[in-house]
Amino acid sequence: MLYREVGQYKTSYAADMAIFPILQDRIAVAIILLIAFVVIPLLGNDFLLNSVLIPFLIFSLAAIGLNLLTGYAGLLSLGTGAFMGVGAYACLKLTTGLPQVNIVICILASGFFSAAVGALFGLPSLRIKGFYLAVATLAAQFFLEWCFTRIPWLYNNSVSGAIEVPLRTFAGIPITGPTATSLTRYLTVLSIVVVMTWVAANLVHGRIGRMWMSVRDMDLAAELIGIRLLRAKLLAFAVSSFYCGVAGAMLVFLWYGGAEANVFNINQSFLILFMVIIGGLGTLIGSYFGAALIYILPIGLRAIPAAFGLPIRPATAEQLTFVIVGVLIIIFLVQEPNGLARLWQIAKQKLRVWPFPY
Amino acid sequence: MDLLYKIFIDPFVQMGTAPDLLVQTLWDGLVAGALYALIALGFVLIFKASGVFNFAQGIMVVFAALTLVGLHERGVPAFLALGLTIIVMFVLAIGVERLVLRPLVNQSDFILFMATFGLTYFLIGLGQLVFGGNPKVMIANDLYLPSGAIEFRGLGGFVSFQKIDIAAVGITSIMVAVLAVFFQRTRIGRALRAVADSHQAALSVGISLEQIWVIVWFAAGIVALTTGIMWGARSQVDFSLEIIALRALPVLILGGLTSIPGAIVGGLIIGVGEKLIEFYWGPLLGGGIDTWFSYVIALGFLVFRPQGLFGEKIIERI
Repeated sequence: MLYREVGQYKTSYAADMAIFPILQDRIAVAIILLIAFVVIPLLGNDFLLNSVLIPFLIFSLAAIGLNLLTGYAGLLSLGTGAFMGVGAYACLKLTTGLPQVNIVICILASGFFSAAVGALFGLPSLRIKGFYLAVATLAAQFFLEWCFTRIPWLYNNSVSGAIEVPLRTFAGIPITGPTATSLTRYLTVLSIVVVMTWVAANLVHGRIGRMWMSVRDMDLAAELIGIRLLRAKLLAFAVSSFYCGVAGAMLVFLWYGGAEANVFNINQSFLILFMVIIGGLGTLIGSYFGAALIYILPIGLRAIPAAFGLPIRPATAEQLTFVIVGVLIIIFLVQEPNGLARLWQIAKQKLRVWPFPY
Repeated sequence: MDLLYKIFIDPFVQMGTAPDLLVQTLWDGLVAGALYALIALGFVLIFKASGVFNFAQGIMVVFAALTLVGLHERGVPAFLALGLTIIVMFVLAIGVERLVLRPLVNQSDFILFMATFGLTYFLIGLGQLVFGGNPKVMIANDLYLPSGAIEFRGLGGFVSFQKIDIAAVGITSIMVAVLAVFFQRTRIGRALRAVADSHQAALSVGISLEQIWVIVWFAAGIVALTTGIMWGARSQVDFSLEIIALRALPVLILGGLTSIPGAIVGGLIIGVGEKLIEFYWGPLLGGGIDTWFSYVIALGFLVFRPQGLFGEKIIERI
């Protein structure tokens, strides 16, 4: 009854091709943004901001990045963690080399380094596909991880071998470093993620997104209609790595506040890939759903025994979480292989005819 | 100039002046290669028969070894524990077929790949829950695996061969031979090859896919158990062993995902190459390069032969 597009006429192509063509969607997005920008900062506590929302947003951005590559361009990559690492280390070098430059600009600029590295390691994609390509991107993962630990220049020769996030301010308010409050960090992350999601949405709705999708669906046909595969695939790698790089820089600078190379190990890559697959390949909203499920589910599972007062040792709870997450992933794949985004579409369809079934 | 000397001349001079070290390195590489080949074999078996890229092979190695050691710790005699572990792997194979593969039949490769991830998480959690997360010592003596070393004098020094390594190479060879006979000579083996060629054609001549999948996963489980025993006896049984599965992936690229001889030869090339590079050229780059160098070998290879050493030529490329 509420969610129905009857009577909303489109009078121009631009209106028809809008990202949210239905009025109710626009209202819903506005409400979500309002909650995220106004209500949560007013009501949220440190735990919610620091342990749930900031990482959720950062992982969502990384998942969007991988989704552009795997979901839209059809290229499987297992090097996400390493590309995130490139972003983080590039950001460290930028902000320590040029301390007068605004930290937000540094974070965004570090994405370009990640994009360059990503395009370089995307070169084998011209020759191989599928699992062979996935293994080839593992080369990037292991090589870059090795660089992060073995090249002291990257972490400014610090004794611990870890990234130490310096204090940086924006208009006098500390954004990164030990004195930054979780609220300012949350708002910074949120702004970057919202803007970059908006860019991604426009990208996949436009010419570039269609180019990627045609390469994904049948690369030979795409080549025949005049798409240059070399460009399309490398562009996909570059854009995807840009997103991952920014996410990685935010992960260290706006969440952890300091990190070692093992943050960007292979498990991080797998985690992001999970989010993309569980959320739904080739959908942006699915990246958010996937990040929410994969990141917040274990937190919830860990909280359950405590909530019921069950005396379970933390180690046991951790192991049980592994078992449950593993089983849930399999059940979920069996029930809905197209991911959470598909469930969302079904729900929308149901909502459209509600309360009358026909 | 100095750098060029260090890259192109110095390592070969070292090889020439200290042949004992060269032989030792080659031997170490051979042993590592045999074990990589075993892991790759587990991957290839499953990929051939069901088209699933089984990420859980690494954790199956750990899980099998843990079950064996864990049972022995609880007072089960070594060989009974071995038998029980084999039964556990069989139950696991049936479980995977019933609960994972059968409902997901006809789904895309990504989805099946992800499902094996779910399986990995499940096995990690279960293994830690039942047997604890601490490293354990493999019960090598109870299984009558040899220990100690044989030393050879000569070549301007001495070379030592660990007996367990010799056993590892021997058992790997036997395993491969048995599998080869099984694949080529038996009725089930022929059915397996038929399924690998075409699921539909195999179904139409009355081969049960479900049965074949159970057999293949069971065979991969046995291979995993062997790998676990061998690798565990050389170091210890530990969840970090899972990482060696990732080390075996370049072997798969090199050998091709569907070729058993490819897995063996690829494993040996990667093992020997890795150790030689690490020993002679590694210090130039600060060491630890064996984690990624095998990938570089595999990638370089891929550019010229995308189907791998012995892989089938039908691989999709572009």
